[in-house]
Amino acid sequence: MIVSHEWIKQFVPHSLSAEEVGEALSRHCVTLDGIEALGDALKPFVVGLVVEAGPHPDSDHLWVTRVDDGSGELLHVVCGAPNVVVGTKYPFARTGTVMPSGLEIAKRKIRGEISNGMLCSARELGLGEEHNGILALDTDAAPGTPLLDVIRLADWRLDLDVLPNRPDLLSHLGVAREVAAISGTPLSLVPRDIEVAPSQLPAITGERSAEGKYASVHVHDAISCTRFVGVVITGVKVGESPEWLRRRLESIGQRSINNVVDATNYVLHGLGHPVHAYDLKTLSSQTIVVRPTEVHESSLKTLDGTSRSVAQGTTVICDGSKPVAFAGVMGGLETEVTAETVDVLLELAVFDPRFVRRVRRSVGLSTDASYRFERGVDAQDAESVARLAAALITQVAGGVVQEVLLVGAPVAPRKAVILRPSRLARLLGVAVPQEQIVGILTALGCVVENEAENLRVNAPGWRHDLGMEVDLIEEVARLVGFDRLPDEVRPFRPGTAPDHPLHVASRRVRDLLVGMGMSETRPMPFTAHGDADTPRVLNPLAEDEPFLRSNILRTLAQRAEYNLSHKQGNLRLFEIGNVFFPRAARLPVEEVHVGALVMGARRPVHFTEPSPPAFDAWDAKDIALRLASSAFPGEVVRLGPMGGRLAWEIVVGERGVVGTVGEVELDRPVWASPAWGVELSLGVISSDDVAAAGKHSHRAAERAMTSSPVRYQPLPSMPAAEFDLALLVPDAVNASRVEEVIRSAAGDLLEGVQLFDEYRGDGVADGVRSLAWRLTWRHPERTLRDKELEGRRAKLIGILEQELGVRPRAS
Amino acid sequence: MNLNEYLQQANQLAQECQALLDGLDATTRLDTAKGQLNALRDARLAELQNALRSLPADDRRAAGTAFNSLKQAIQASLDTFVSRQTAATSSKTFDATMPARASWRGSLHPVTLVIDEISEIFRELGFTVALGPEAETEWYNFGALNFPPDHPAMELHDTLYLGEGTLLRTHTSPVQVRTLQRYAPPVRVLAPGQVYRRDFFDATHAPAFMQIEGLAVDEDISFVDLKATLAEFARRFYGATRRVRFGPSYFPFVEPGAQMDVEVDLGDGKGLRWVEILGCGMVHPNVLEAAGLDSERYTGWAFGMGPARIAMSRYGINDIRVLYDSDTRFLEQFAQ
Repeated sequence: MIVSHEWIKQFVPHSLSAEEVGEALSRHCVTLDGIEALGDALKPFVVGLVVEAGPHPDSDHLWVTRVDDGSGELLHVVCGAPNVVVGTKYPFARTGTVMPSGLEIAKRKIRGEISNGMLCSARELGLGEEHNGILALDTDAAPGTPLLDVIRLADWRLDLDVLPNRPDLLSHLGVAREVAAISGTPLSLVPRDIEVAPSQLPAITGERSAEGKYASVHVHDAISCTRFVGVVITGVKVGESPEWLRRRLESIGQRSINNVVDATNYVLHGLGHPVHAYDLKTLSSQTIVVRPTEVHESSLKTLDGTSRSVAQGTTVICDGSKPVAFAGVMGGLETEVTAETVDVLLELAVFDPRFVRRVRRSVGLSTDASYRFERGVDAQDAESVARLAAALITQVAGGVVQEVLLVGAPVAPRKAVILRPSRLARLLGVAVPQEQIVGILTALGCVVENEAENLRVNAPGWRHDLGMEVDLIEEVARLVGFDRLPDEVRPFRPGTAPDHPLHVASRRVRDLLVGMGMSETRPMPFTAHGDADTPRVLNPLAEDEPFLRSNILRTLAQRAEYNLSHKQGNLRLFEIGNVFFPRAARLPVEEVHVGALVMGARRPVHFTEPSPPAFDAWDAKDIALRLASSAFPGEVVRLGPMGGRLAWEIVVGERGVVGTVGEVELDRPVWASPAWGVELSLGVISSDDVAAAGKHSHRAAERAMTSSPVRYQPLPSMPAAEFDLALLVPDAVNASRVEEVIRSAAGDLLEGVQLFDEYRGDGVADGVRSLAWRLTWRHPERTLRDKELEGRRAKLIGILEQELGVRPRAS
Repeated sequence: MNLNEYLQQANQLAQECQALLDGLDATTRLDTAKGQLNALRDARLAELQNALRSLPADDRRAAGTAFNSLKQAIQASLDTFVSRQTAATSSKTFDATMPARASWRGSLHPVTLVIDEISEIFRELGFTVALGPEAETEWYNFGALNFPPDHPAMELHDTLYLGEGTLLRTHTSPVQVRTLQRYAPPVRVLAPGQVYRRDFFDATHAPAFMQIEGLAVDEDISFVDLKATLAEFARRFYGATRRVRFGPSYFPFVEPGAQMDVEVDLGDGKGLRWVEILGCGMVHPNVLEAAGLDSERYTGWAFGMGPARIAMSRYGINDIRVLYDSDTRFLEQFAQ
């Protein structure tokens, strides 16, 4: 919402500077997004006097002038304006001046004639639409005087971030009311700009219809249109607005159109009521009907010249035969006020926000009017503002107010709210004196009465947001000023909620991966891959990626491809994020997953190792084991081969399969090595309702998983003995199977089994590989003798050959 | 051998060993030097040790001391040689300026770094971490948070819908309601998490981004507690000398609604200026009632902030997409 500092002063004659107003508003009322001195862009311009002017030798529409800019030197300036007159002063831009458009004026040749600057039109200076000639200045000021000293623009534009709860701030009156309350200055409901007294004619009223001598109004749809005020003004003279009115509108960036339309815009931005002026003659039967659309008439050419249509059932304003306006959004072209208009029907209506939203969505057009209606306008002051609007029209366009038509049920009084000063003190942490509370609420337009130790408060019609006690407490708090409240630390009790177990697990896993040299990523989580069941966004902005992902590695693979396209092939990326699985007719099942992807060099290059080996399946397997152990401390982690390739299922204790590890398929240039990935589910994050609406389900805390205590093993006092076992293992036999047999056959004294070599090739038959294990043995009470070890070796070899067909490799 | 002879032989051996080692070239390999030393001393040392027993008991003590001194003297001579040898050879064999055998350095995402720092401060102030689902019901995301149905306030949150009444949460505030339904007050939690908006992905907007929410509910929690906690957070996060101010704002689920501004230098050469850091306020009674709590008995405050924005200003990132690209050259700049 843009407001003008001078316009606000029309309602509240305060003595604050614009900066002070902005500061006060942002501390007590609404965030100030920006403040701009109007005319700041005009600072570099000066008054220039045209001393000579003659036709350009090489052009039939250019002039060559000599301009006195006060510098003591007459400047050659080429000018294209038809109205340049010798002896007249104009706004002048010296070379080096930056125009409001951003263009810098440079010394240049125009058709062979040097031009040292520019004489400017109103439009070039951002002062209006006039661009058919340069702006003649009526001034006694000497050439070279700053332009801003001559044209008194001094106004400020404040950009306020008005939030949806405060539609009353969408007008200068509303903002002025806050300034008045903050500064303690009295507020005038009628701006000083409006000098004509409003008409005192009694209104012609009716709950559904009002018929006057000049026009009639019928509201068929009293739910969508709760109030309709029509004012007939005859004998207006449509033309240019007076300078003050143009300046008001320009001060907030609005364009002047004609005096009648400008007056309606003044009321919209000044008083917060959208009003519309119809050319009464163009309304068939001089009748207005408010009703839902019927199918065959849903199209209308609006003021902006575009034909638009609405869905059946949305609210339209019609004349005796056809739609003339989309309710609360925009009027029609055919019935608008033009230069020929003599009699005007002024409309000030109150529409229900929901209906206007429907119209706006259906028409696909948001306007200043619809914006205000959707947030709610004041029904109580509708008639008085309509009369004020009519007065303004007669002030700027002449004419006579002939009749006032008022349709709608009387406005029901608002329900009073009880404010307990004790509750206020409890919520704010400090007590506010009762007189101060009353003063603040009264300044905001509330009617406040004492009721025992409490206050009975009736909120004004423009404050739809004041319906509960806490709403009033907020008003008091912000006008006292949040900064005036203390900020001392007071006693508190610790909370009952423990850290969420999935947060704890995520932290653990995350720190492990970072310690392993991996980089955390936070990519965009949507994906292009999905089928009919995949949870998806129904209204995505980017149609190419509408699906929620069910796995993280796919996202990481895409991020790896992005890196590969930038010639980065050494990647260690991980992400912890949520993934989604379909669940019929309910929210998807949501799990927290961790994904890790590695490819390229296992270590950075070092002079001792010029080409480090690339990550391979065995690295991935280790990452998976460590990840799973860290995610599920104290539980047994096992990797189950997934047949036919180097990929495994991650199996954890009683949980079963919690993830997978293996090669990641991605679009990989020839120079890049394969990518390996691990994906693991840390657990489900429940999206079931905790309790029904308005209920709770308070229970004891669930603590995060921690590892079961480790039992200490006494350190051995006897030395260990070891020997190696090199075996020829047929390809059909897995290494893990061999280990199993070794362990079961060896008995208690076997302490460790370590596979340390794999070999195929010379000396080993096809279909067979040589695997070598180092076996460590230890007796708890004595040193093992060589003979005992020999006996065990022989026994193992026998069992292995018998059970698995595995023979020792002859050394 | 009498005592005098014994002492003389010991002294003699010490001197010979020292002479041998001192006479060696400093670049002599250590095993060569030790070999020569052993050849010289081993037999004679054993002889002296055995001779101890044959000495009269009265002399044994003095001889034993001499024997120990001899061993120490030989060791000292050897140590001297080793340090001489190390000094002489190391400068030729090693270049100590060559790089360490590095391992890959892992990194946390800059947004995570900011979330961690915020969480750490709030943990010091007594907050634990709560989580909630990203796919939510309309009730948890809007209804329970006092958004009036069909109100323009909803348009502040352009929503991505999953189905009838289900959506991707537009803020972390549903976690407030879930936590209050699950745990009896006092509740002091922080809820970081991903949220979604129907926004184009450009330099300043992303359809999915992180938010961090805080909530404190108990009997007699007041606006003073809100100010005290958040101002303390700001001083710890931005520095004790930073100025902090509170101004009015609006979120349907808090009232009074406020925002906290901190005077910060964004590093853009414009110096200190007020920047909105977070939105906050007293939990709206309707939110407490929606979670099944008696709003007359309990009060509370809440806040929400955007760690991505903070990360961008802190690390000088001017295009939000960089945070999502996962370019390893970017991520590794945050290596630990």
